[in-house]
Amino acid sequence: MRLFSWRFIRVWQRNRDVFFKLWRPEITGFVVEPIIIILTMGLGLGAFIGSIGQESYIQFIAPGIIASYAMFSATFECTYGSFVRMEYQKTYDAIIATPLNVEDVIVGEIFWGATRALMTGTAITIIAAIFGLVSSPWALLIPPLSFLQGLMFGSIALFFTSMTPAIYSFNYFFTLFVTPMSFFSGVYFPLDQFPQIVQTISWVLPLTPVTYLTRALVSGNIHPGLLWSLLLIVGIGVVFFMVALVTMRRRLTV
Amino acid sequence: MIIIETKNLTKKFKSLVAVDDLSLQIEAGECFGLLGPNGAGKTSLIRMITAVSPSTRGEIRVLGKDLKVYARQVKAVLGVVPQLDNLDPDLTVLGNLLTFARYFSIPRKEALRRSLEVLSLFELEAKRNSQIFELSGGMKRRLLIARGLINQPRILILDEPSIGLDPQARYLVWQKLRELKAKGVTELMCTQNMEEAAALCDRVAIMNLGKILGLDTPRNLVAKYVGKEVLEVEVDSTDKEKLLKELKERRLDFEDAGNKFFVFHNEANGFATLANPEKMRRRPATLEDVFLRLTGRSLIE
Ligand SMILES: Nc1ncnc2c1ncn2[C@@H]1O[C@H](COP(=O)(O)OP(=O)(O)OP(=O)(O)O)[C@@H](O)[C@H]1O
Ligand SMILES: [Mg+2]
Repeated sequence: MRLFSWRFIRVWQRNRDVFFKLWRPEITGFVVEPIIIILTMGLGLGAFIGSIGQESYIQFIAPGIIASYAMFSATFECTYGSFVRMEYQKTYDAIIATPLNVEDVIVGEIFWGATRALMTGTAITIIAAIFGLVSSPWALLIPPLSFLQGLMFGSIALFFTSMTPAIYSFNYFFTLFVTPMSFFSGVYFPLDQFPQIVQTISWVLPLTPVTYLTRALVSGNIHPGLLWSLLLIVGIGVVFFMVALVTMRRRLTV
Repeated sequence: MIIIETKNLTKKFKSLVAVDDLSLQIEAGECFGLLGPNGAGKTSLIRMITAVSPSTRGEIRVLGKDLKVYARQVKAVLGVVPQLDNLDPDLTVLGNLLTFARYFSIPRKEALRRSLEVLSLFELEAKRNSQIFELSGGMKRRLLIARGLINQPRILILDEPSIGLDPQARYLVWQKLRELKAKGVTELMCTQNMEEAAALCDRVAIMNLGKILGLDTPRNLVAKYVGKEVLEVEVDSTDKEKLLKELKERRLDFEDAGNKFFVFHNEANGFATLANPEKMRRRPATLEDVFLRLTGRSLIE
């Protein structure tokens, strides 16, 4: 099997340059919106809910929002973003005529998706900290966690992109997978409220271990059990990374 | 020295054979033209040689290296100008060149120098900060060619380089291609423009249905397939039968194009004349005649 090389960084650099040229509209979706959600849901809904365990509701959802919006960033980038570059702009076609191979392009896209997750996760964490919603120095590990989950979600998204005939097919991916996942992964309410079957299902959703870990890092409640979450993220990430490499290569080599 | 070589190269799209068991040798320093009607397989062939599309069967060697193994090294010395515009619409004109240079790991300062150089070569300096959508079709084409030169390629591969260019721009491009060839760059180009092939190419291959039907210098191709002159005879339904009979009886080499007959190798026929002299025209033979002859006039007209 042909693997990628360091040259994938060239694709990452290209995407970075474009992003920093047009970052203003992007920032609204990925930073302003989550802040509004934390504040309105946290304060508004929180007034009814009171507290969850020892935390106020707003403290509870802040890490969930960090995790899920980092996930959204990588996912959007490696679905709509990658699809437009691949199909409409023919950007990949141009790149693979240079010393970069198809694999470098694929990996460059995934790493860029992960970088978007890193930026979103970090930005929301900083703002949450300003609002006093972060209570532990362990939160310094959120950026690397966001990047790691970005690799996983970027790979999953790119795998789906490799199967996507037309851009509107992403509606299925979002309404059947991404959005439900964000509701059943402990982002907005704790999973132990659910019947056992739902709890079991939620543990195969890749956002669940991410939410779990992020929440632990924000609150400082660190224990060895978290290693399982980490392992799950790495495992799912590696599998989809390899799968995306294969299916995307198949799509791009005609 | 042979710089590009294909052996029994085949490309299939499902059951469709786009390139059919094609063996080809291109000499270093020559300008090689691929001519052929739409769908002949020119782009498919070029995409395999530039390592962006895998072959179904067969072998490709560029600079003596097996393309399957050394794709990266080969691509580093190729300049590729694709048939379809794939400029990066997210970047400016200059941004396109700089980003492309980075794919070749050309250091930033050198990349800027080369970018400005190729922009001036193709008279695009004034557009350096424009967005791609602000360019006209011909400007995009020129930028695409300029981009293909950013890595100072040893081999330049162009898929219909002058499509959509106005006459001035076309001559500008031809001039640059001649200069590059004089500097030792090997050129492989597809074209539909016979004038272009005759003006630039040392050797030309005429392709149809994935196969090469004729390959030689433009001059030799013309001499071999059509001779020095062509006699065009206008026909109408009333005298067609009679003419046809006469052509066959006299064993003339001709092509039936419906409302016209083309008589080839006319000098060998002792400059045959037929029918009413008002309906006949003698003219020098061109590469276009070869093209039409080999690929079938009926397909084109
Ligand atoms: N991606 C593809 N999938 C399926 N068939 C294809 C694909 N690309 C090309 N073909 C087919 O292969 C054949 C050769 O196409 P190709 O593009 O190589 O022709 P061409 O000589 O470049 O034609 P043109 O002068 O129109 O550019 C055509 O029959 C075309 O329909
Ligand atoms: Mg073509």
